Amino acid sequence: MYPENYKYTKEHEWILVEGDTGTIGITDHAQHELGDIVYVDLPKAGTGVEQGKALGSVESVKAVSDIYSPITGEVIESNGDLSGAPEKLNSDPHGAAWLVKVKLSNLSEIDGLMSAADYQAYLGE
Amino acid sequence: MDSVSGVLRKTPLNAVHRASGAKMVDFGGWDMPVQYSGILDEHATVRNKVGLFDVSHMGEIEVRGPQALALVNWVSCNDAAKLAVGQAHYSGLILEGGGFVDDILVHKFADDHFFLCVNASNQDKDFAHIAEQNSLRGFDASVENVGPTLSQIAVQGPRAVETLQKLTATELAPIKYYWFTTGEVSGVPATIARTGYTGEDGFEIYVPNAEAPRLWAELMAAGEEFGIKPAGLGARNTLRLEAAMALYGHEINDELNPLEAGLSWIVKLNKGDFLGKAKLEEIKAAGLKRKLCGFKMTGRGIGRDGYEIQLDGTAAGWVTSGGPGPTVNMNIGLCYLPVEKANTGQVIQVMIRNQAVDAEVIPTPFYKRAK
Repeated sequence: MYPENYKYTKEHEWILVEGDTGTIGITDHAQHELGDIVYVDLPKAGTGVEQGKALGSVESVKAVSDIYSPITGEVIESNGDLSGAPEKLNSDPHGAAWLVKVKLSNLSEIDGLMSAADYQAYLGE
Repeated sequence: MDSVSGVLRKTPLNAVHRASGAKMVDFGGWDMPVQYSGILDEHATVRNKVGLFDVSHMGEIEVRGPQALALVNWVSCNDAAKLAVGQAHYSGLILEGGGFVDDILVHKFADDHFFLCVNASNQDKDFAHIAEQNSLRGFDASVENVGPTLSQIAVQGPRAVETLQKLTATELAPIKYYWFTTGEVSGVPATIARTGYTGEDGFEIYVPNAEAPRLWAELMAAGEEFGIKPAGLGARNTLRLEAAMALYGHEINDELNPLEAGLSWIVKLNKGDFLGKAKLEEIKAAGLKRKLCGFKMTGRGIGRDGYEIQLDGTAAGWVTSGGPGPTVNMNIGLCYLPVEKANTGQVIQVMIRNQAVDAEVIPTPFYKRAK
């Protein structure tokens, strides 16, 4: 369910780090808790993001939720497919429905994030 | 039955919801299902097939006695004298200051017997208010809070008649919208009202608590061939928003009056005196300051409950309810605007997370079913 090569936050985001690039999304748990997702608001390329600060938002039928950045860096691409098909976040949150790709400015921040096993244990608490 | 203790109230169907995997939430002190299969799926099911709602959290109050009508007409703004036996109407319990104690459905069982359906979170307040007015004014009437003994199940959607008809000998087709009858549903004595809060055809049935779980199961079975699904409070809200029906605490509250809320059709100023009448006459004579309007988002984003409305960069009103309209396929909402700006086509800005996003005033209801 939760890919081993991703890292996770307590706010239910994931990040896949490849070199100095991180791909960020929300977890399956997050999409399930949100319910039907109808709108996604993402930062444009070039926007600076900061670890623990809101980088955008997702909206379900009922409510708006902030997406918190797992790391600090600069957005290099946001997933344009989601604006026309936000429901992809419900069906494929760990894959096609990634949110943004970020150029990391501080690789050591990754060490503070949870592994898949840690995250699943966190969910079980 | 008080939530002061912090313990959530439960309907007799609570275990049924939990067993079906519903997502439960604290709704005004009640542990209620917000969704089962998903809000969009449940919404579409009610629009196209038939959905089943547990609305047992709603309150019910009986008013009886020789002056039952006089009491009902004193505490509510619509004219219950106009109701025939077996007829129901929408009304408001109005405060002296013109705001709402609650919005209610009044059912006339007999000249000396009225049955009020009231909001869950207001039921204790409503009962105390009506009982107090009864005693203050010395009406020859009795007021009884029967909410704790009754369950309410709403069967809503184009296949509602066929679904419910399988369980009752009472002929449903002749019951007109906002009329009701008493009969048996699956052997259970029930009040069967052709009312609802979805913008669809359907029924709200009132039955004794003990029978609710069996009836729920039988309704699910009866509706299976039509694609029935249980629907939660999430879909109930998107459905009522498309139908532009008011929700207490949003479009109306103790400080918002029915005239500004677009509910002047339930205010009968010519029926004789009633609580709040003088204030409503004064408000009407002075001219309304603001008016409830429908809007659709034209820019990207969703205007949500409580968001500020701006006109030319200045705060001018607020969103009372807003969200996606799954059937109308627009992001819609209701908002209060200055009366001179409350016109179809008016461009407004909804402040979405500190950004002004364009929206346009459009007529309501957003959705109207084909008759």
